Amino acid sequence: MHDKTLTQLANALGSGELSSRELTEHYLQRIQHSGAILNSFITVTADQALEQADAADQARAKGTANLLTGVPLALKDIFCTQGIKTSCGSRMLDNFNAPYDAAVVEKLKAAGTVTLGKTNMDEFAMGSSNESSYYGPVKNPWDLTAVPGGSSGGSAAAVAAGLTPAALGTDTGGSIRQPAAFCGITGLKPTYGRVSRYGIIAYASSLDQAGPMARSAEDCAHLLNAMAGHDGRDSTSVARGVPDYTETLNAPLSGLKIGLPKEYFGEGLDPEVEKAVREAVNVFESLGATVRDVSLPHTHYAIPAYYVIAPAEASSNLSRFDGVRFGHRCDNPSDLIDLYKRSRAEGFGDEVQRRILIGTHTLSEGFFDAYYTKAQKVRRLIRQDFLDAFEDVDVLMGPASPTPAFDLGAKKDPVSMYLQDIYTIAVNLAGIPGISVPAGFVGSRPTERRPIGLQILGTHFAEAQLLNVAHQFQQTTDWHLQRPDFAEESA
Amino acid sequence: MQWETVIGLEVHVQLATHSKIFSGASTAFGAEPNSQACAVDLGMPGVLPVLNEQAVAMAVKFGLAVHADIAEVSVFDRKNYFYPDLPKGYQTSQMYHPIVGPGEVEIALDDDTTKRIRIHHAHLEEDAGKSLHEDFHGMTGIDLNRAGTPLLEIVSEPDMRNAKEAAAYLKAIHSIVTYLGISDGNMAEGSMRCDVNVSVRPKGQEAFGTRAEIKNVNSFRFVERAIAFEVERQIELIEDGGKVVQETRLFDPERDETRSMRTKEEANDYRYFPCPDLLPVVLDQAYLDHLRSQLPELPAEKRERFQQALGLSAYDASVLSASRDMAEYFEEVHRVCGDAKQAANWVQGELSGALNRENLSIANSPVTAAQLGELVQRVLDDTINGKAAKEVFQGLWHGEGASADAIIEEKGLKQVTDTGAIEAMIDQVIADSPAQVAQYCDAEPEKRGKMIGYFVGQVMKASRGTANPQQVNGLLKEKLDALL
Repeated sequence: MHDKTLTQLANALGSGELSSRELTEHYLQRIQHSGAILNSFITVTADQALEQADAADQARAKGTANLLTGVPLALKDIFCTQGIKTSCGSRMLDNFNAPYDAAVVEKLKAAGTVTLGKTNMDEFAMGSSNESSYYGPVKNPWDLTAVPGGSSGGSAAAVAAGLTPAALGTDTGGSIRQPAAFCGITGLKPTYGRVSRYGIIAYASSLDQAGPMARSAEDCAHLLNAMAGHDGRDSTSVARGVPDYTETLNAPLSGLKIGLPKEYFGEGLDPEVEKAVREAVNVFESLGATVRDVSLPHTHYAIPAYYVIAPAEASSNLSRFDGVRFGHRCDNPSDLIDLYKRSRAEGFGDEVQRRILIGTHTLSEGFFDAYYTKAQKVRRLIRQDFLDAFEDVDVLMGPASPTPAFDLGAKKDPVSMYLQDIYTIAVNLAGIPGISVPAGFVGSRPTERRPIGLQILGTHFAEAQLLNVAHQFQQTTDWHLQRPDFAEESA
Repeated sequence: MQWETVIGLEVHVQLATHSKIFSGASTAFGAEPNSQACAVDLGMPGVLPVLNEQAVAMAVKFGLAVHADIAEVSVFDRKNYFYPDLPKGYQTSQMYHPIVGPGEVEIALDDDTTKRIRIHHAHLEEDAGKSLHEDFHGMTGIDLNRAGTPLLEIVSEPDMRNAKEAAAYLKAIHSIVTYLGISDGNMAEGSMRCDVNVSVRPKGQEAFGTRAEIKNVNSFRFVERAIAFEVERQIELIEDGGKVVQETRLFDPERDETRSMRTKEEANDYRYFPCPDLLPVVLDQAYLDHLRSQLPELPAEKRERFQQALGLSAYDASVLSASRDMAEYFEEVHRVCGDAKQAANWVQGELSGALNRENLSIANSPVTAAQLGELVQRVLDDTINGKAAKEVFQGLWHGEGASADAIIEEKGLKQVTDTGAIEAMIDQVIADSPAQVAQYCDAEPEKRGKMIGYFVGQVMKASRGTANPQQVNGLLKEKLDALL
């Protein structure tokens, strides 16, 4: 069963070939067997999942089901779920049960999906390797010595290992696309404002965006159909109609104009990754697309700008975790300041503390203009780079990450970790959508193959086009259908 | 040395919205702690603010009322600091691009002149919660009912030169916001409070002295007293060779003094930055025009009209226009009775006196404006005389009748103007008072005027106060003089 894509499973449910209970039990069993090895789940909600599966089966019997009814999913542990722990990968929220569902969770529940559990993640979504989680690192199912990518690494690993047909992630600087690339799955970061942020624990509000992670672009299209749309509870949610993203998947690509940003093929790019990406581009040419080189001149300012803006917002967003109302509180505080200091020192891990301190510094009096204001100006230039490029081409293509998944524990220096997101971060600063699709492997020995991701970018609200382009690629190639041996061995 | 005081006010006005500025929770006063705080007000992870359009409309109305520039684009910023009653760890406010720009307010001074006080800007922000230090056995309780209550902070220029001007400015703001219906202005419940910036400088000096900020003063009287204390403190300090330090102080009304709370060095760095969860507020001309069309006549315009069109004195006009309730009451009395001067006299005299004695607001007056108007009308059309009118008023006040006419009827207070009836009473009094009549006749002509008072009193008494005093006076004089 787990070799099927979400779309195939949905069809099997629809035809009565499979029941949601069978499917759910199958995945719960796989999670149970492989969970400890991969560490991809923080919480497994077996009882609730089975209840939801039974309800889905009943709905199908009554004829009130839709396509996603009964399909199991996993949620990154950043999405608030009523009555079920939402830890955000942090000790700070190890005891936190939100009294509400995130808007996206509501929508997926309404569509009849089954929630298997909450997946592991970098603490408060800060990281590129999943090593900053309070619950320990997640392993990459392709190679258990490698990281799965961050911060939606738990979701990516779970999908890749066949522990769930699909999962939700969030992407602040590449946190859907980079782990999707590392784990050989398809991950879409929608346009900022396309999917409601209500109920997603904020890291950097102006950059965070939720999106689907699955085995194919078609799967992502089905999920985005259910996730997207305006939400009155999120002021940054855009009031704009949601197309049916599956309708245009098969549009022909002849005449498609692809731009290759020269800044995405420079120094630091692994030659094997470059080779795979260029070969993928050739596939598109064979499908009738034309390719040209373009430039995004402010690209090299993206990481510095991001590491001013994101920590600034994070330092403020995380202030509410003060030990007063919810979450971790230190024992026996001597006074209020002691309560704040120790609760936060104990509750937050190193990377979170580092970014809070960076953000507090860059926002402080005397530094604000030099850092924050400047970074916002750079952000506008980066956005304009993209808009200019999209005057000439329909989509941009490049690697999702400069290297394939690196070894667990390999990146001790935070700055070298930050450079992992060099091709993804500008997309968040500009608010445009991006998708990563599997496009090859580095290494050949079965348990040491590491996937390569092709990143495709479009202008604001071009999700339908990105999914179309990705789907056509997946109709021609089978990178996305390959599975790690781990997935076959387990269970 | 001659000293000059410089005062600027930051007035916090709680806006009378039904729900909070960024959530749907109720803003009603006095509920059980934490019963009016939803997930947004509690700063729960994942929740997001949604701006209350009503708060924006109210801020804009204020801006229009003080002839201010309304910002086409205003932006909410986060003011970051830690405090247990600040749930999110930041207060959402407007630091860099406030919704209301420079404007001005006119205040009335004691000498009947007016002075313009410039408004620097006014911005929208959310209130924090409340820490409860009692009843928790050495611990602190947090009530977040107030958290997220919309506030309009109105910042003046340092244009005031004494405590009276500051109080007059505060009253003017109070009057404007209550006229606009954008705040209940209830200072006791904290709907209006202000921070007072005070400095002194030698008269004639251009540069400002170092200022102290007195936090959270919540009555007109306290503003005057806090400033008076602070001015004296600063002058004494400088004259003794000391220096005023920039600091935040608290006014203690019990001891009538200000006390240091924290100095500039201890001040927070609030790390303001634009709130990424909220979009800029963009207002267009059509929206402003729409709100402008909803503005009521404001106190300054009303005062002007009361003087020009109704012929009231500057003093009467200013008292009667100070509050919307008072003005509306007066206008209704005037509409019913048709005489502005009489209406003004009754509202400011008999009615205000009674309200003050029982500590009632005009909105809670037991005598309605329509009732009082009818009463005044009955005086004007000679149905009752002034003395009876006071009795009718008391009757209305105590609910002894539904209308002035009902009470006049009930108590038989209708003025007797029938000449025959009055003549009969006069004849009786003259017949009953031979000694006084003899005195009258013997008196010097110029003293007789005074002596007639006795007879008038007797006749009025005989009529139980209902005889028309002018008639009584005239007829008596005729009859007595006929006896000479």
